[in-house]
Amino acid sequence: MLSFILRRLAIAVPTLILVSVFVFTLQKLLPGDPALILAGEDRDPAAIEFVREKYHLNEPIITQYAYWVQGVVQGDMGVSLRTNQPVLTLIGDKLPVTIQLAAMALIIAFVIGVPAGILSAVKKGTAIDYAANIVALSGLSIPNFWLGIMLILLVSVQLGWLPASGYESPFVDPLRSLETMIMPAFVLGTALAATLMRHTRSAMLGVLKADYVRTARAKGIREVPVILKHAFRNALLPIVTLTALLFGELLGGAVLTEQIFTIPGFGKLIVDAVFTRDYAVVQGVVLCAAAGVILVNLVADVLYFVVNPRMRASL
Amino acid sequence: MSAVSETPAPAYRGGSRSWRKLRSHRSALVGFVIVAFFVTVALLAPVLPIADPAATSWSAVRKAPSAEYLLGTDEIGRDIFSRMIWGARASLIAGVISVLLAVALGVPFGLVAGYFGGWIDQVVSRVTDALLAMPFLILAVALAAFLGPSLTNAMIAIGLAAMPIFVRLTRGQVLSVKTEDYVEGARAIGLTHFAIMLRYILPNVFAPVLVQATLTIATAIILEAALSFLGLGQQPPAPSWGSMLNVAKNFLTQAPWMAWWPGAAIFLVVLGFNLLGDGLRDALDPKET
Repeated sequence: MLSFILRRLAIAVPTLILVSVFVFTLQKLLPGDPALILAGEDRDPAAIEFVREKYHLNEPIITQYAYWVQGVVQGDMGVSLRTNQPVLTLIGDKLPVTIQLAAMALIIAFVIGVPAGILSAVKKGTAIDYAANIVALSGLSIPNFWLGIMLILLVSVQLGWLPASGYESPFVDPLRSLETMIMPAFVLGTALAATLMRHTRSAMLGVLKADYVRTARAKGIREVPVILKHAFRNALLPIVTLTALLFGELLGGAVLTEQIFTIPGFGKLIVDAVFTRDYAVVQGVVLCAAAGVILVNLVADVLYFVVNPRMRASL
Repeated sequence: MSAVSETPAPAYRGGSRSWRKLRSHRSALVGFVIVAFFVTVALLAPVLPIADPAATSWSAVRKAPSAEYLLGTDEIGRDIFSRMIWGARASLIAGVISVLLAVALGVPFGLVAGYFGGWIDQVVSRVTDALLAMPFLILAVALAAFLGPSLTNAMIAIGLAAMPIFVRLTRGQVLSVKTEDYVEGARAIGLTHFAIMLRYILPNVFAPVLVQATLTIATAIILEAALSFLGLGQQPPAPSWGSMLNVAKNFLTQAPWMAWWPGAAIFLVVLGFNLLGDGLRDALDPKET
């Protein structure tokens, strides 16, 4: 067990270091003198010199990286040029909003994707399977920012049922929060639902062929308990692991969803930062997103190991 | 071992059989027709008898679809129909070129990593992991931010973001064939590593890469539209479906048609590539008969 976690960490740590190198290198892509860019609108020579000193821009690039990483490890990702707030504080403020959006989207994706996948596997080759596959493929092909715009057009503009934008914390007004988030969560959830449906279908198809399912049927157990208790419980494991792999997609999707519905989250933060040339914030968001993905995958791997006795036996 | 010289590409033989399979695959055919339609339209854009996509008209601002303006006009009176046709070019070019870039970078790295193994493999795999850890769209947004917003930079960003998929795919494929007898045989007769990779290993990579490339074009088209939608791709006034949607979202109540068509077109062309990719996978998969 411990050796498994250590081996997994031995992969995760270098990955994280490489991500940090990459994120650091991003700022070297900027054309021109970085001190001029980082100093922002304020082109006062003293300010530029201050920035140059502060970010050690006169020193070799390796030293610059070392200083930068040292800061990041201590929780200092720099300061936003626009608001003068520390980048980590900004991200910390926006993160709960995105987590709420992502969690709701994930629930919607599961509620739609998993039953559809089970049904389509059980009814393999029938019209139901065919229809479910067409819907899933459409879900994968539809640009979710367009789906969002179309839903705003229908639900908010035409029918006036839900607000087109805005955000309310669930701790302040839960009902209002649900009202503002349900449509964005649906938009973000549909693409995931399609992927989940496909995963569930193939996992179920594999399990339904297994000997123990045949045995269960031979014992005279009715079809529904066979499917749900014998088959689905065993298919659930790969489904959950694959969901962890979707975490990055969820974060990326949130960027667009938050932009369309004007939700003040993590994704809106990076887009706004791009347009205000707030590079430290852009770097901070990429680094945090990647760290999140690495962590979620690590946890999923360990959980898979804990839950699956066959993996333990193989050690 | 006489088979070595006779079958340089054992995994990929019988192209005509695959072609027959693909043609009989109904959904793949639908995908092919959709893709072919958009490609034709994009290619013919300069010679089609349509309005100038950049011509503004203050007397025709935000006109609903009609006989005169088939798909309506936008906020400064440009003909949406002709902007849609020119927009197809931006989407397809971005999709194809960014995926070509991803393949051109990803396949050689995957080939070398899988073939040589050892520390080369370790380095390439860790870099791939690191790139994969950064969510596709967030990475593309960040790259576009630092490189500057333009269609070219969006393509570079998408290509880099998509590269790891091809590294992993190629590497996995190489690992599964490099211990085959015909590769050992090639090594035994003293061929160089380069020649072995090129003649005996690369052909095995071709089919899965083609399938993945087709599916990745679908993703790349959505990604280009997403970047343009965020204002980080094709810059106005050049037409692109993503940037048309970006403007359209400000006129939802006055001119909803501005939002209908670009999204529908992205959906259709992406669906086409997805169908075609799924069909190719079925047709080229040697395991399924």
